[in-house]
Amino acid sequence: MIGVEHYVVVSSILFVLGVLGIFINRKNVIVILMSIELILLAVNINLVAFSAFLHDLTGQIFAMFVLTVAAGEAAVGLAILVIYFRGRGTIAVDDVNRMKG
Amino acid sequence: MIHVIAFYLFAVMTVASGAITILSRNPVHSVLWLILAFFNAAGLMILVGAEFIAMLLVIVYVGAVAVLFLFVVMMLDIDFAELRAGFVRYFPFGALVALVLLAEMVLGIGAYRAGSLSLGTPDGTAATPAGASNIEAIGALLYGRYLFLFEAAGVILLVAMIGAIVLTHRQRTDTRGQNIGKQNRRRPDEATFNVKPEVGKGVQL
Repeated sequence: MIGVEHYVVVSSILFVLGVLGIFINRKNVIVILMSIELILLAVNINLVAFSAFLHDLTGQIFAMFVLTVAAGEAAVGLAILVIYFRGRGTIAVDDVNRMKG
Repeated sequence: MIHVIAFYLFAVMTVASGAITILSRNPVHSVLWLILAFFNAAGLMILVGAEFIAMLLVIVYVGAVAVLFLFVVMMLDIDFAELRAGFVRYFPFGALVALVLLAEMVLGIGAYRAGSLSLGTPDGTAATPAGASNIEAIGALLYGRYLFLFEAAGVILLVAMIGAIVLTHRQRTDTRGQNIGKQNRRRPDEATFNVKPEVGKGVQL
């Protein structure tokens, strides 16, 4: 039978994949943002699985808030990406520290 | 039995499409695999009975966030081959970090399986009432105990929206758009008008 540990295994693999994606796509901000989405998805799977197996809905409510923050983060991140591209014509993040004012 | 098969199907598909998301050469393909990962994660959530979060995942992530990603990837004209230059160089270090993380998580799960950890018991105040559906129970909690947190989430979305607009909005000076204020201030005596001068009389300006 499928227990909570099966879900935890899936979500930890997904989390690790997200971390690995940040490391191996260090130049491509778009894929880094997608990796962050993967990490947040793993967190959500974890929250929902524990919420269901413990019969406590708080985890699902919290997953909804994580979803909210993830949507806001993606919107602002992509907006920064668009203005960065407009100014420099590339999205290589090697010299992003020039953004500091 | 069908439950177990469905779980393994969704789990394997989620992990596989997550892996292809980070390894794919073309970011457009990455976004599409990410969408598949979200769909399968929603399937996993449906299996444990969290229908509301699963539908939210499909609507918010696939319908909004992933499409936003697609827009940005296709709008920006980027040389993606150049961006992959450090791929092989960073791989060993990334794999090391990932393996360490995975080992720690496996250790935690092993400790749970060995029985040395307990998940704790909820106080039952947030349990689904008997006979209520998932959405009903979540709605009662969200508009009751977590009302202020719910409104705070709305404020977060508002701030993110205003932030994204402020960041990307630009005043263009190279175009000649309509100036409504200037149009409304205009009086008849400063306008051009038609004259029909008779032949040989000239024009009075």
